[in-house]
Amino acid sequence: MKRRFASIWFPYLTTDWMSAQRPALRNIPFVFAAPIHGRMVIRAANPSAEAQGVTRGMVVADAKAFLPSLEVMDERQRLAEKLLKAIGLWCICFTPVVAVDEPDGLIMDISGCTHLWGGEREYLKHIVKRLKGRGYDIHMAIADTIGTAWAVARYSKVTPIIESGSQLDALLSLPSAALRLTEDSVERLHKLGLKTIGSFATMPRSALRRRFGDTLLLRLGQAIGYEEEFISTLKPIAPYEERLPCLEPICTDKGIEFALQKLLEALCRRLSNEGKGLREATLRCHRIDGKTEQISIGTSRATANVPHIFKLLALRISQIEPALGIELFVLEATKVEDADSIQEVMWSNKTGLEAMELAELLDRLKSKDSSCEIYRYLPDQHYWPERSIAVASSITEKLAIDWQIDRPRPTRLLATPELITVAAPIPDYPPMLFRYKGEVHPVKKADGPERIEREWWMDEGEHRDYYYVEDDKGRRYWLYRSGYYGDDHAHKWFLHGFFA
Amino acid sequence: MAAIDGKQELISRLQKDILLWQGFRLTENLQEKVGLGAIEKAFPNGVFPVGSIHEFVSMSREDAAASSGFIGGLLAALMQRGGVCLWISTAQVLFPPSIKAFGVKQPDHILFVHMDREKDVLWAMEEALKCSGITAVIAELQGLNFVQSRRLQLAVEKSRVTGFVLRHNPRTLDSTACVARWRIRPIESILDEGVPGVGFPRWEVELLKVRNGNPGKWQIEWSAEGFVLQVQRKQSKTRQSKERKLG
Repeated sequence: MKRRFASIWFPYLTTDWMSAQRPALRNIPFVFAAPIHGRMVIRAANPSAEAQGVTRGMVVADAKAFLPSLEVMDERQRLAEKLLKAIGLWCICFTPVVAVDEPDGLIMDISGCTHLWGGEREYLKHIVKRLKGRGYDIHMAIADTIGTAWAVARYSKVTPIIESGSQLDALLSLPSAALRLTEDSVERLHKLGLKTIGSFATMPRSALRRRFGDTLLLRLGQAIGYEEEFISTLKPIAPYEERLPCLEPICTDKGIEFALQKLLEALCRRLSNEGKGLREATLRCHRIDGKTEQISIGTSRATANVPHIFKLLALRISQIEPALGIELFVLEATKVEDADSIQEVMWSNKTGLEAMELAELLDRLKSKDSSCEIYRYLPDQHYWPERSIAVASSITEKLAIDWQIDRPRPTRLLATPELITVAAPIPDYPPMLFRYKGEVHPVKKADGPERIEREWWMDEGEHRDYYYVEDDKGRRYWLYRSGYYGDDHAHKWFLHGFFA
Repeated sequence: MAAIDGKQELISRLQKDILLWQGFRLTENLQEKVGLGAIEKAFPNGVFPVGSIHEFVSMSREDAAASSGFIGGLLAALMQRGGVCLWISTAQVLFPPSIKAFGVKQPDHILFVHMDREKDVLWAMEEALKCSGITAVIAELQGLNFVQSRRLQLAVEKSRVTGFVLRHNPRTLDSTACVARWRIRPIESILDEGVPGVGFPRWEVELLKVRNGNPGKWQIEWSAEGFVLQVQRKQSKTRQSKERKLG
């Protein structure tokens, strides 16, 4: 079959994108600039700026001199590359073979695709219309070879579709730069008066090779079609998904387990081959009555361990309502991350908090019951007891400060301090006795006060004076008085914790 | 004579076998001592049984605090090699910084698991006990029947994890499959004459039940060096004399 190629050229790729993002910029001249050798040099200009004489490679200061209203924006790193890749992936709806043509184009192998749109002309019109609708100004051409399509898209103003076999005719009138040559070669051709391709295409090959090297001949050959040219195509990332259609509808737990085991084995094989592990997975069961049942799990670390993931999902199988039966199982890893490779796991033998076993256990606990909460506490830089510990954000988070043990702290701390009544002799002395839940505790030994000020920048209220007391039976408590002594208001005493 | 020696040997070997069948395993490592001194003699072979379930009974919140402190002291010995410990309960009551005072070098290596129902606490404990990467599991519960405790004990026999069940105000004290039942109560701290403040934590440790061991009662103090067993010669003497009188 005759091969056909299309080349798309985006003359204003980045600026068109910017205009689409911010429509207010559409009619204003603006440029992207980047510092080169200490000067701000224009890297891309929009059509409105170009119409007023601002071109790529100009120094911003010069452009500003004759066009004071020029808007200057910093160039974004690799923006063009990212845009081309995204557009290229989108273009896969027109042909499966799409390649990025740096810095400002795409190349598509459209052999055998155009008839679906009703011919090459309709196909081309359709793509141009779709991309123009998104705000991109494009030039597109179709030809037998990549070289000719490229040249026609950029330099020809006559017809974008080159009939099969007539590449040379189309190229003859185009400038020599249309052959994708280096700037040096183009300049040398110009010096010799060879301004169009037609002026040297019929020269003897040995003469051309002697003066301009192999590249010119290669490019000429690729454009005309007697040299092969290869492109590296874009490959969309296939989703981590496995499907299992069933011949007979499945409605038992055992059957679902079999299906799950099979799907997991296939999915985990792929994951471990790619050195990845899943963090979240969803099993969707399509029932024969058209409804979908699904269960999802999450893991605390990327894993491709079949028995572990199976256990997690198996805990939820009872939530699936098979009704008349399930005809299709789809297992998808919705979140995938890089995992430790198998060799690393075998040799490192991690212990403590980083042990794989522990991570798996925590996953099991979490997936058993949604109300299950797992905390790990780290010391925090606060004296206020409730704030002196903070929940760690991850299981491997390191201590920022050391645990403080210079002051007595109770083994068991009440979440909300409980009100008590006390008899205290003198201000700032520990109480003689206190009544807690109807029982009177005469204080025999006491330590304190330890005054802890409230952090006024966080909340308002009174300070606390803590006492470590022991009653006649040897029971030890942590009491505090809220605020100062005063005649005008009753001071309150609280019990806040129990010492060992 | 030789026949009697042979019999003795046979009996001692049979005794060891019985211990093994009951889930007791001898620790080859003598370093696994937990620093309880004479209390360890109450256990078979005079070694604190690591890798089994211990039950702590507390009748009040003060007792629970004392039990937590005592467990903290045991954890310090168990977690020396940087192990991880799980504390499973229905609500957060333990104040992690205080555990550091009982010698646990890394209180951040204790993970707190909160479950809504006691049934789930038990399930979580069993799952955790099966995981051999963990040093110890502590669960705060009220009820524990024989079947549940047997399940925990069986889980532990494979993984060699140490389990502590902290029971608050149990309604009944049925027999369980736990290797020991403890009761820790706070008692008055002792200070030198004229020194103000509160002394080191001091507890009355009671071993209500020990499988194949001797129950007993001790007074113990947690000082900067660890557990210090208090000799209660006076009390025991007076008690003996009383008993004699009664006899």
